[in-house]
Amino acid sequence: MPASPAHLHIPDGFLSPAVAALGWVIATVVLALAFRQTGRQLGDRMVPMMGVLAAFIFAAQAINFPVAAGTSGHLIGAALAAIVLGPWASLVVMTVVVGTQALLFQDGGLIALGWNIVNMGALAAFGGYAAHRAVIRLTGDHRPARLGAAFAAAWVSVEAGAVATSFELAASGTTDINLALPAMASVHALIGIGEGLLTLAALTILMAARPELLRQEEEAGGRGQALFVLTAVALTLLLALAVPLASSNPDGLQAVAQAQGFSDLARAIWAGPAANYLVPGVGDPARATIAAVGLGTLIVCGVAIGLGRLSRRGSRTAG
Amino acid sequence: MHLHLADRYRVGTSPVHRLDPRVKILLVLTYILGLTLAAPGAWASYAAFLAVILTAAGLSGLGFAYALRRSYVAVPFVLAAAALPFTVRGPTLSALPVLGWPVSELGLVLFLSIGLRTWLAVQAAILLTATTAFPDLLWGLGALKVPPALVAVVGLMYRYLFLAGDEALRMMRARQARAAALPGARPPPVVWQARVAGRMIGSLFLRAIERSERVYGAMLARGYDGRTRSLIHFQMSARDWAALAAGVLLAAGCLGLQGAT
Repeated sequence: MPASPAHLHIPDGFLSPAVAALGWVIATVVLALAFRQTGRQLGDRMVPMMGVLAAFIFAAQAINFPVAAGTSGHLIGAALAAIVLGPWASLVVMTVVVGTQALLFQDGGLIALGWNIVNMGALAAFGGYAAHRAVIRLTGDHRPARLGAAFAAAWVSVEAGAVATSFELAASGTTDINLALPAMASVHALIGIGEGLLTLAALTILMAARPELLRQEEEAGGRGQALFVLTAVALTLLLALAVPLASSNPDGLQAVAQAQGFSDLARAIWAGPAANYLVPGVGDPARATIAAVGLGTLIVCGVAIGLGRLSRRGSRTAG
Repeated sequence: MHLHLADRYRVGTSPVHRLDPRVKILLVLTYILGLTLAAPGAWASYAAFLAVILTAAGLSGLGFAYALRRSYVAVPFVLAAAALPFTVRGPTLSALPVLGWPVSELGLVLFLSIGLRTWLAVQAAILLTATTAFPDLLWGLGALKVPPALVAVVGLMYRYLFLAGDEALRMMRARQARAAALPGARPPPVVWQARVAGRMIGSLFLRAIERSERVYGAMLARGYDGRTRSLIHFQMSARDWAALAAGVLLAAGCLGLQGAT
């Protein structure tokens, strides 16, 4: 990911206390589940395996390639980990990576770490995993389908975190959703393509060298829960958007407004959008972007499914 | 670059270095929480918070400039809030010189406050990692009831972080050594570059998985039973308690200043 305003590690100071607290609640619950599932799946092997793989993700994020105009792309890794190890283990690995980035390198804040874990861990791992399963289920399990599914998983994992991040910032009143969402979603749609290409290429190596590794994820428990967790997180995100916009955030603004003597105007700012839209503050650009992201997800998954089916048919007639 | 290979701990014997890691973690969290609670535009509070962090930096023996110099890491993200002066509606101060966009007073106050909060919070976190060895920090987190499994995984990751980082750097050096180009030649297409990088990542992943299997075997051979043990142990002294109380009071005092403005 190039250094850009679209960086996903939210620093401290950007989230309102209520929004940050909600992030920690979600992160704690999801992490408790993840450690239980991973412990069941790996037993004693969990600590060395998750630890070494987290170090791997750290190192893999350093492998970059030039993109354009002096920027460079690199792997984020949640989708790759989710495909090989399953979503729960991917969540554990990504949490350790994101947590260490915050604790050791100040990449992302400590109070904001809850949401950073949700965005780059839970949403990326489960979003990517859900896309992966969906594509494989619809095309059948063979090599091109797995590669297409990997691309779709990687793209979704990046985009899901980006969309969620803009909502969290907007709910904290630190950015305008109508600006942030289109900007974040479009930049990360491009970053997602890079992530997709990297994940796909990495997977070809794994398939060639250790194909049995890619089977072990299927033995991992808790697959049916992937969709459940994803839905729960998405619903909570919606709540996070609606509730603080309506309550906590105007409090902070009102303190300034009263101190500076223009509370009437400040009230008008918050009453204005709420009067016009069902979800306060979400205007046309934001809604258009949500539609575009949904469409983009369908297109990416659709192309992966289509290519998978075509190539299967091709290999059948050839063989 | 995302790989910061140098350890961030600076060896020292300052009063800040000698504090119990639990106290330091709690103080930094209190400080950042205080900043999060400070209202936008409460400049007196922010000035007091700045004085606190500068004092702590001075006490740590790292010098006032140490945390300041490294606090640039949050700069890219602050740009995410840079549009606020133009998007928040309210009384305008003036228009932007060239573009003519109206600058809203409330938006500007919000933007400056977010920037200040982020900048100060990053400095506190930098001081924490610069004055606390990472194993001590992990012990502190464990003692503060962060789940032992999480602490154990982070500890193991830290042990292999620099090894894995070096491995990635060696791979990149090898890629560079193989990638000779004629002067003035067009660089290869992005998709091709991504495929090369992806395959490097794939083989790095394989090595990591194989290493994790070896590490697990070695741990078992030494009697690993699923628990990690540490020789690190800190005891809260009167000085630690005093520092904790003083820090919490200071944060409350800084916050209290916003009523005065």
